[in-house]
Amino acid sequence: MSAVLDHHDDHAHDHPHGWRRWLYATNHKDIGTMYLWFSFAMFLVGGSNALLLRAELFQPGLQLVNPEFFNSLTTMHGLVMVFGAIMPAFVGFANWQIPLMIGASDMAFARMNNFSFWLLPPAAFLLVLSYFVPGGAPAAGWTVYAPLSVQMGPGMDLGIFALHILGASSIMGSINIVTTILNMRAPGMTLMKMPLFVWTWLITAYLLIAVMPVLAGAITMLLTDRHFGTNFFNAAGGGDPVMYQHIFWFFGHPEVYILILPAFGIVSEIIPTFARKRLFGYSSMVYATASIAILSFIVWAHHMYTTGMPVTGQLFFMYATMLIAVPTGVKVFNWLATMWRGSMTFETPMLFAVGFIFVFTMGGLTGIVLSMAPLDIQLHDTYYVVAHFHYTMVAGSLFALFAGTYYWLPKWTGHMYDEGMGKLHFWLTMIFFNLTFFPMHFLGLAGMPRRYADYPMQFADFNMLATVSAFGFGLSQLVFLTVIIKCIKGGAKAADKPWEGADGLEWTLPSPAPYHTFETPPIVK
Amino acid sequence: MARLFGDSMILKNIQRPVAAAALSGFAGIAQAVSDMPGGPRVLQLNLGEPASAIAQGQIYIHNLLLWVCLVIFVAVFGVMFYSIFAHRKSKGAKPADFHESTSVEIAWTIVPFIIVVALGAIATGDVVAQKDTSNSELTIKATGYQWKWGYDYLKGEGEGISMLSQLTTPRDQIEDRNYPDAKARREKNNTYLMEVDNPLVVPVGKKVRIITTANDVIHAWMVPALGVKQDAIPGFVRDTWFKAEKTGTFRGQCAELCGKDHAFMPIVVEVKSEADYKTWVDGKKKEMLAKQDDPAKEWQVADLQARGEKVYAANCVACHQPTGKGVPGAFPALEGSKVVLGPQEGQLDIVLKGKPGTAMASFKQLSDTEIAAVITYTRNAWSNKAEDNIVQPKEVLAARGK
Repeated sequence: MSAVLDHHDDHAHDHPHGWRRWLYATNHKDIGTMYLWFSFAMFLVGGSNALLLRAELFQPGLQLVNPEFFNSLTTMHGLVMVFGAIMPAFVGFANWQIPLMIGASDMAFARMNNFSFWLLPPAAFLLVLSYFVPGGAPAAGWTVYAPLSVQMGPGMDLGIFALHILGASSIMGSINIVTTILNMRAPGMTLMKMPLFVWTWLITAYLLIAVMPVLAGAITMLLTDRHFGTNFFNAAGGGDPVMYQHIFWFFGHPEVYILILPAFGIVSEIIPTFARKRLFGYSSMVYATASIAILSFIVWAHHMYTTGMPVTGQLFFMYATMLIAVPTGVKVFNWLATMWRGSMTFETPMLFAVGFIFVFTMGGLTGIVLSMAPLDIQLHDTYYVVAHFHYTMVAGSLFALFAGTYYWLPKWTGHMYDEGMGKLHFWLTMIFFNLTFFPMHFLGLAGMPRRYADYPMQFADFNMLATVSAFGFGLSQLVFLTVIIKCIKGGAKAADKPWEGADGLEWTLPSPAPYHTFETPPIVK
Repeated sequence: MARLFGDSMILKNIQRPVAAAALSGFAGIAQAVSDMPGGPRVLQLNLGEPASAIAQGQIYIHNLLLWVCLVIFVAVFGVMFYSIFAHRKSKGAKPADFHESTSVEIAWTIVPFIIVVALGAIATGDVVAQKDTSNSELTIKATGYQWKWGYDYLKGEGEGISMLSQLTTPRDQIEDRNYPDAKARREKNNTYLMEVDNPLVVPVGKKVRIITTANDVIHAWMVPALGVKQDAIPGFVRDTWFKAEKTGTFRGQCAELCGKDHAFMPIVVEVKSEADYKTWVDGKKKEMLAKQDDPAKEWQVADLQARGEKVYAANCVACHQPTGKGVPGAFPALEGSKVVLGPQEGQLDIVLKGKPGTAMASFKQLSDTEIAAVITYTRNAWSNKAEDNIVQPKEVLAARGK
């Protein structure tokens, strides 16, 4: 410990300043910060897409955009949020927190870390550029199903290249994370002593390494079908459009756990802190995470019940999918047992973490409904699915990202954030989120298909409610931005351990965390 | 197993008032619009009225799951909110220090496991029933086109009937920018976006097998009241089935993103009594005979052009636009196009075979006369004045073989 403090001042001038500090960054904290700002910028871009398409859906008829552009908006909203906002945000958390939590001095491959980040802006540029090429941005849905995606203009190619680059970035980031966790833990920190956030990221990184190449394969085949006369997905040439879906979802289903496992990790750090009680069932949490990851490879075709699988396929994927409810349930029960007979306080991180458990579980319950193959025939590709995955992606991943940001912000900036504004952000987000997405369950049950630019009059009321609330939700995020900026600029000085119940190596460091930390590894008993 | 939850009156009775109260602030449109016959209801909260045993089964599973989820929800969040209120520091709660219990972990692994396997077992019969398309009495092929459906009666009573089914909601109800009164007009239309020129007609109480395929991209044939949704995949054949238990009109929409007019290719199924169905089949067959063109007829440019304008409006206008100018970057212009103004072989080839890798699909399903008419139309419409300005049906027939 003392080594860290002593070296603190000596290192104040040993890194480049100005723009070089960021472009040549090899420090995990700087790179983490860039990841987080990048993902927040993408969050605003993806959010604007969503608000524009919600504005079109405010009432029946076509008012603001034509249907081609509407399809681009839904597609880009999905791509930007999944690949540009949520994934990089979690990598940002990994960069900042993993070395601090395992007592490592930095990430294992500092220059590759730099490259992983700097691949993101060109990819984002390609995605945004696609709006301005003839034919417009990709409009085949974020799943870019063939053969519709084969029909698109050059915007589709830009989208494919962007995904290739983002995939390369994710793979490098994951290799870095795996190597850091396996090799650079402080003496005494055995695997089963690692904080749960580190565990969930270790498993997530393996998932990423396993499935990003699969996505790359799918979209490369798409590219050659589009330009080089291959027929992977063209039946007339001996190919199979459904094969695209199998390959895509073999990537796509693990992908949704990539987006949620680190969120589980963040919540598992926060609940014990504010319950002032150790995490209940640590080892079963680790096993549950691993089980979810393994199961995620054998459930992909539940996205494809309506493609016309054989009855045995339908049954296999139904049962396998339902099994995921078991380890996910274990996690929820463990969080509740951690809260039980604790001594809880409800600062903003805890509010978001409890909010996460509440709304994410609702998304889990609708997941069970959707896993039932005979019922999914009614609900597939309707707004019910849209409601379901926003309950898991927004109320799951995004709420956990907010929770984690508030939780570690004092460590990152050295200041306490404005608690009142943080709570305001939570309540606005929570209320508008539910008002936006809960009515979509009703729309889906009534049969409204997703990705529709216009809809029958009978769906008007719930759509209007969803649109008004979506704008409320979007604008509430400006409160978040304000809290962050205020916190960076100043505020009450944060203690080294600002949360009474917090436990972990990061809280042994000063706030803000010095530029170089744990140059001499701490000893973990 | 008794279908305990199949017709939950409680659910049905509480739906309306609750929804109406929740939305009283947003009720502007609700008053003007009423429920759509065979389609969605205003403020509908649950699956709609079923018209087949499969749809009935889906409602049963859904209601059962709602109860299971409600129990889990109340149990889990009862515990959580009790804890949130009771175990707060501000109330002087002191943290306990238990943090593991193998027996509890095993219990809450096994119990959910049993619940999901039981739910799966209940649904298994429905999966098998839904996939059993054998012993159908009528087989109809549904082909998805961008953006309409084609129906061919392949086997059973009505064999040989063939028709295209397209949205009839006029653009002047849809596009507010181009038609200032669109809103007023669509608010008077109870079946807005879910109405077609030629609905699929089937007899009541007969097992109907629907074979789906597509001409261009993947579509999905969905009719909620019949409990059916099946992707229509180009180059592949899939099937599903239904047996309507009552007569009436049932509506659905395309459920797989298929390009710009995805929202504008609905499905309407008319279920008729056996006698009415027979009458319809006879009428339809006579109508088809009367409509059949003499493929050997030699046409004049003006007549063929007039016919072609209608074919163009039904098949081409969505992409190539009424102006023939297309959509830059996405759909090429026909006005001034080299293919349209050049030798007719080139244009016949594209219309009959489509252009791989683009949205231009094959239109070989149109009759020789229709293809001749639409090509002739494009060669004389707008500012086009092709030298080779007429294509006769027999030339189309000759080109089909190539």
